[in-house]
Amino acid sequence: MEGIIFYIIALVTIIAAVRVVMGRNAIHSALWLVLVFFCFGALYVLLQAEFVAAIQVIVYAGAIMVLFLFVIMLLRVDRAEELLSKHRTQRVVGVLLGIALLVGIGVTVMVDLLPGKAGEKSIETLNALAGGNTQALAEKLFTDYLLPFEVTSVLLLAAIVGAVILAKRKEEK
Amino acid sequence: MLDLIWLVPFLPLCGVVINGLVGIRFPKWLTGTIGSLTVCGSFLVSCGVFYELIQLPAAERVKEVILCQWIPSGDFVVNLGFLVDPLSMVMLLTVSGVSFLIHVYSIGYMHEDEGFRRYFVYLNLFVFFMLMLVSANSFLLMFVGWEGVGLCSYLLIGFWYQRQAPADAGKKAFVVNRVGDYGFLLGMMLIFVTFGSLDFLKVFPVAHHYLPYGGITATMITLLLFIGACGKSAQFPLYIWLPDAMEGPTPVSALIHAATMVTAGVYMVARCNALYVLAPLSLWVVAIVGVGTALYAATMGLTQFDIKRVLAYSTISQLGYMFLACGAGAFAAGIFHLMTHAFFKALLFLGAGSVMHALSGELDIRKMGGLRKQLPWTHSTFLIGTLAIAGIAPLAGFFSKDAILWGAFQKNSWLWLVGAITALLTALYMFRAVFMAFYGKPRLDEHVANHVHESPPVMILPLAVLAVLSLVGGWIGIPPSLGGGEWFQEFLAPVFKSAVPVAVHHQAGGLSLVGLAQAAEAFAHGEELSLEWALMGVSLGVAIVGISLAYYLYLKNPEAPGKIAGTFKTPYRIIFNKYYMDEIYNAIFVQPIRRVSGWLWHSVDENVIDGTANGAGRLCTGLSAILKRLQTGYVQNYAIWMLVGTVLLIAYYLFR
Amino acid sequence: MIPLSHYLCLSVILFTLGVLGVVIRRNAIVIFMCIELMLNAVNLSFVAIARSLSSLDGQVIVLLVMTVAAAEAAVGLAIIISIFRTKGTINVDEINLLKW
Repeated sequence: MEGIIFYIIALVTIIAAVRVVMGRNAIHSALWLVLVFFCFGALYVLLQAEFVAAIQVIVYAGAIMVLFLFVIMLLRVDRAEELLSKHRTQRVVGVLLGIALLVGIGVTVMVDLLPGKAGEKSIETLNALAGGNTQALAEKLFTDYLLPFEVTSVLLLAAIVGAVILAKRKEEK
Repeated sequence: MLDLIWLVPFLPLCGVVINGLVGIRFPKWLTGTIGSLTVCGSFLVSCGVFYELIQLPAAERVKEVILCQWIPSGDFVVNLGFLVDPLSMVMLLTVSGVSFLIHVYSIGYMHEDEGFRRYFVYLNLFVFFMLMLVSANSFLLMFVGWEGVGLCSYLLIGFWYQRQAPADAGKKAFVVNRVGDYGFLLGMMLIFVTFGSLDFLKVFPVAHHYLPYGGITATMITLLLFIGACGKSAQFPLYIWLPDAMEGPTPVSALIHAATMVTAGVYMVARCNALYVLAPLSLWVVAIVGVGTALYAATMGLTQFDIKRVLAYSTISQLGYMFLACGAGAFAAGIFHLMTHAFFKALLFLGAGSVMHALSGELDIRKMGGLRKQLPWTHSTFLIGTLAIAGIAPLAGFFSKDAILWGAFQKNSWLWLVGAITALLTALYMFRAVFMAFYGKPRLDEHVANHVHESPPVMILPLAVLAVLSLVGGWIGIPPSLGGGEWFQEFLAPVFKSAVPVAVHHQAGGLSLVGLAQAAEAFAHGEELSLEWALMGVSLGVAIVGISLAYYLYLKNPEAPGKIAGTFKTPYRIIFNKYYMDEIYNAIFVQPIRRVSGWLWHSVDENVIDGTANGAGRLCTGLSAILKRLQTGYVQNYAIWMLVGTVLLIAYYLFR
Repeated sequence: MIPLSHYLCLSVILFTLGVLGVVIRRNAIVIFMCIELMLNAVNLSFVAIARSLSSLDGQVIVLLVMTVAAAEAAVGLAIIISIFRTKGTINVDEINLLKW
């Protein structure tokens, strides 16, 4: 059962991703990207990462994509004259490298599986023990990963300030 | 007081520091006073050390005072130390005493000059190095002094560097000295290889153990050291710098090129007497070069018209006498002449300076004359100096020159003969200078004649002191044949004990009637004594002949020299042009070196070295012209480059 | 249970699609969206490996990555707006002021 769901969702994700990359209209690309994010959320649920799935939908699909859509509509750049970049060499080289990347990582992933140290309890157990994925993650985040958490908040502050200043209209003298 | 020997060189060094670093705004009188007082201090300390030294019995008069260890390098250890023995004592007293008088004279002579402070700094620096040289306890420390006086000589000859001639003369002096120093260094290295040490007290007492008599090592060492001495003491063929050095201020000529620096070579040979007596060949070389240079320089002194050049050639000639003495084994006589020569040569140079001062810088003796009445003090002191150098008894020059000639005769009569001829020439050219400058009809230029004035007391006083010394300075070395006690030679005897006994002198008491009586008694017993008296008579006679000849040629019959020169045109021209030595050296050494340097400059320096440096720059520019194309400005290009890197990394890990 | 390699394979495919989008497209915003796609692909592999290794650390990292991605998106879009105001276009082929 799980396998079938996985394959369907994976297929949808890939098709949507291709539409993102090859979409003529920027708005269309944005919307297909929203679909991609939803599929990701589903995949996370399949992987017993419910909290992450929720955050994925709220932050990515809900905030970031909205931001993207706002900017596209603000700048009115939805209609592109041409789809692809002018530089032929660059395109060809890029595609070739991309394929090389695919093959390379693919082979790595298939052949060398990961030598990391496995934990004792499975995720399901951990989630159950803590009373849900949210609580389990919270325990981890606020104890072991407290410093990154605080630093990330500073980062967000910096991002906010930067974004505001960059996007401000220059005052007329 | 003996332990304070380090003060002797150190005080002038303080003078350098004070005048040079601190006293930039000092008024002239203060600079001059400080400079002179430091040297006076050195002289007084030397006197104190001397007094202590003579309290000791003769055999013990060798003291080494070591300040600190200078170079501790495995087997090669050199200390900063001073050797106090009769020889260094004589040198210290002479150098510091004469230097002090010249410092005082300079206060007057250099009064108008802009570089007054610089002059005194250099002069004090020179005295420091010279005192280091004569009181050093090892070859290396002596070499430090040796080089230092060469440096100061360069600085002082080229004192008025704004003019081309002094600057060139300073360079010439330094370079020619350097040639000699090369020999000195090689000699030092050979000494170190043979003896394992450079300390005097470790080399000389055991020299006869390490060096077989007449062996090749001893000869090489002594010849190499003698090359150094030739450079510093202006013997053939390294004398050419001394006449040019007269471009410097006259007190400098008096101090450096008459009394002290040029005598460093003689001092060094005398100090190394233990080595020289083991190499009879070298002694012959020293004697022949010495007497040959003496004659050679005397001939040139006859034709020069610049009063300072006459004195310069005279110095070269007298130094030749000193080397003759050392070569004949009569080291004490050589040092005796060194001391008396310091007195009368400094006197002559300072007198010449006084004349130049009076005549607003005129040097040419053809433009002088009849100055006797207008410059009484200068005249009388100059005359005393000239009588001394001519060897008229009982002035100082007589006794020292006679001792040398006696020693030369003992070695070989031909050496004596050349020496005697040179003595005649010496009297001749010196009195030529005196008669043309001070006697006869005045031949001064108009504007000069109006300003003739005697020099101020600060210049006359040193002249007077030196005149007195020239008069009586020889009386400490009167040989027993004349009833004297030969105190000077006795004092120096322990230093030269390895020297072959030159002559057998009877022991006699001090100069007294009793002494004369004893000598007269010995007369009956010794043919040697009569031989000595005969030779003395010849020296005196030769000097008187020279003076009379000068009187005849330059006072009685002023056209005579011109006629003689006309008759012997070619010899006269050769001698007048200083045997064309400068031109010969120019052709053999200077021009080829210039050509090679020019070639090296263009081919090597410009093409290879500059080419490499510029080429490196061009390489960078070329490379960057190629590499800058990476920066296209397109973000996607950069993304692709990142991708390339990633793919390479993955490939690497995949195929590892 | 879906084997880990399947998830990782999916992640690789999506990542490559994102890379292709970055080097091919002209519109700056679409390029940005492809970058987001790449980030998500990586997130997926983190979570998958977290499950395979039975550790929650992977999921925490994903949270942090998402935060950073959000910040980056905000700032990046602000920059794009600035560029649009200056040059009048967000066509990356025409933005090459830093050319040598």
